[in-house]
Amino acid sequence: MAAKVFDEMNSGTDGSVRVPYRGVADWLARTSPERLEATRREVDLFYRRHGITFGAYGAAEGSETTIPFDIIPRVIAYDEWQFLHKGLSQRVRALNAFLSDAYGQREICRAGIIPEEQILMNGEFVAMAQGLQLPGGVHAHIAGIDLVRVGEKDFYVLEDNVRTPSGVSYVLENREVMMRLAPELFAAMSVLPVADYSEELLATLRSVSFSDGHEPNVVLLTPGHYNSAYFEHAFLADEMGIELVKGSDLFVDESRVYMRTPRGPQRVDVIYRRVDDAYLDPLAMRPDSFLGVAGLLGALRAGRVNIVNALGNGVADDKSTYTYVPEMVRFYLGEEPILQNVPTWRCDRADDYKYVLEHLSEIVVKEVHGSGGKGMLVGPTSSKVEIEEFAALLKARPDNYIAQPTLALSTCPTFVSRGVAPRHVDLRPFVLSGKKITIVPGGLTRVALKEGSLVVNSSQGGGTKDTWVLAPDQADDR
Amino acid sequence: MLSSTAKNLYWMGRYLQRAKSTARLIEATQRMALQSRGEEAAGVAAIFGVEDEFRQSQAQGERLASLIDFLVIDENNPSSIVNSIDAARRNAREERNNITVDVWESLNALWLELSGRLRGDRAALDRGALIESVKKQAVMIFGAAQVTLLRDEANNFLQLGAFLERADNTGRILDVKFHLLRPDGNPSAEGLDYFAWSELLACVGAVRTYRRIYRSSLNPMKVAELMMLRRDVPRSVHHCLWMVDLNMRELADAYGTRGEADRLAGELHARLRYARIDKVFEIGLARFLGELRGDIGTLSDEIGRQFLLD
Repeated sequence: MAAKVFDEMNSGTDGSVRVPYRGVADWLARTSPERLEATRREVDLFYRRHGITFGAYGAAEGSETTIPFDIIPRVIAYDEWQFLHKGLSQRVRALNAFLSDAYGQREICRAGIIPEEQILMNGEFVAMAQGLQLPGGVHAHIAGIDLVRVGEKDFYVLEDNVRTPSGVSYVLENREVMMRLAPELFAAMSVLPVADYSEELLATLRSVSFSDGHEPNVVLLTPGHYNSAYFEHAFLADEMGIELVKGSDLFVDESRVYMRTPRGPQRVDVIYRRVDDAYLDPLAMRPDSFLGVAGLLGALRAGRVNIVNALGNGVADDKSTYTYVPEMVRFYLGEEPILQNVPTWRCDRADDYKYVLEHLSEIVVKEVHGSGGKGMLVGPTSSKVEIEEFAALLKARPDNYIAQPTLALSTCPTFVSRGVAPRHVDLRPFVLSGKKITIVPGGLTRVALKEGSLVVNSSQGGGTKDTWVLAPDQADDR
Repeated sequence: MLSSTAKNLYWMGRYLQRAKSTARLIEATQRMALQSRGEEAAGVAAIFGVEDEFRQSQAQGERLASLIDFLVIDENNPSSIVNSIDAARRNAREERNNITVDVWESLNALWLELSGRLRGDRAALDRGALIESVKKQAVMIFGAAQVTLLRDEANNFLQLGAFLERADNTGRILDVKFHLLRPDGNPSAEGLDYFAWSELLACVGAVRTYRRIYRSSLNPMKVAELMMLRRDVPRSVHHCLWMVDLNMRELADAYGTRGEADRLAGELHARLRYARIDKVFEIGLARFLGELRGDIGTLSDEIGRQFLLD
């Protein structure tokens, strides 16, 4: 990969400001660092006062932290977004087709494209989901696709998240905050709105109910307020006007799910669950789970309740299945993939493994099932000792790892302690699939706040930015 | 609405009201201690059922200070003001999606303020300012609920918790303090300790209210009447049970069902509505209040059984 980093604001022709960023550049030129600093402090206060927090909840204030929010928006031009929109829709359609197939006839294995053990031996495979006919054939109703940009026209998919992707509440809250802080910027720049996400999400959830003819009752199942994403669960339930339930609020009777209310039991048709597969039903999965509902899977198999996202989606989004997604697009859709994968070495293949071991200091190595930026090695920024330690892990279980070249992630201007400086970013758009596919413009931009860092995860010192997709009329004067 | 939501809102109402009542009671007691000698602190200890522990503790002056700490900041006392606010906030946090931003923010602001105050040196902690904050902000939180919450079942449960707790608090204060001042239960005005009786009224914030209503000097029977039977006094037992009954009726209308809790709420309301203070003293105030408080406890259990499924 080219060493030259693409800066989304300043990498225009001859180092000029790129067209979509002109409004932001003007705003930055007009606004003093003191003013920016005051604004940043205001934001932090706002997030804390509203209790928009992330992390384990306890009695002490210190255990609830806010994710740093950067006040300089990230801008995407309309034509860029149209390209991404097409590519994302295509990719998620293929992932859904794959999931239906993986839990159905496994045609893709028969065609010799994906080995059957890639599915059946996957730790995330849920045998009980085999043969289920889900409404609309949709398994990944809410998908978060992590994208990175390395050049004017070069976007790559870094990772698919089709289990219980989180972060969308920050998309909505960041926009709210930004509109308060810089109304003048919105006035100058015509930004596509994101506020309809909750309505689209509710419509998607209602559209995948098994029950015909009566109003589906949709609930959001949370592990509870100790979960790090609890704020998001409560936020989304509130925005959609549906009940936020815990396992103890639900029960199953004769293969139907009910919630306990002061009026008596009320039937539940669709469960948007933010609880992992293993904890959903103590009778079918982990018997020690207090977070789930006994008998839930029986109700699902009886076609009385739909669970969103579907069970067993992990077979489609781990980092070894990832390498097959372009093939899925060709096989199921008969199309060429619009969005490219990052070239990936699979350490369970002898040639790849050898190459990876020899180039550890240049590449990024990740666990197949890892998430949150943990269990990975970023070669170029690691010490000799770190690399040696990691090599030992890799040798012990080569099949547990994949590797990718170190990408020169694009940078965006970011307000840090020394002023405005470029920092690396990624993008997670949220793709909704029900009767149709809906993508709210933009997504969650995560930014690595440490200079030079490529790790954007909030647990590793990452922050977020508001992501602006500009309205079409502005793209024309390019 | 979920039963667990009903439960959280009910307890949020109870804990918030408990913190508020305790704050007011401590304030009145401190004022009294400044003006007279005596068993004030012991009386307060009795109200909270901790008089034995209290008598065993140190000298009188320190005793009051340590009692106040027990009631305000003690982590081992589940009903201390700080623990009550913490519990109310925990209930509210679980129901973020069922309360308004205004209610949540005002409660969260109080919690943040208390946490901030407690982080500093305990010796330098300004207890008076803390109590004042709790009193003021509890009013703002209930006010925010009053003007912003949807008038639905969620609101009914919040109100039920708050009014049931308040009915119990007022009943308990009257019961204990009245009999400290008049061990024989005699309601005559002879040899009245003016400060002690006005302090009793101050516990429910009703000194001026008394003057407005009766336009006469303090009289134990009238004090008891005001605290128990006056429907127009917002902290009287009657007013609180009236509100409890009203909220129960709204729930019964919404759900189309009635149970033992509805019957008991109606009966308690009627008992206070049609009671006469002279008859109450004929039976004996202690007996009347004893039965009343027992029944309030039963009502709380029945509400739990009927709606909250715990």
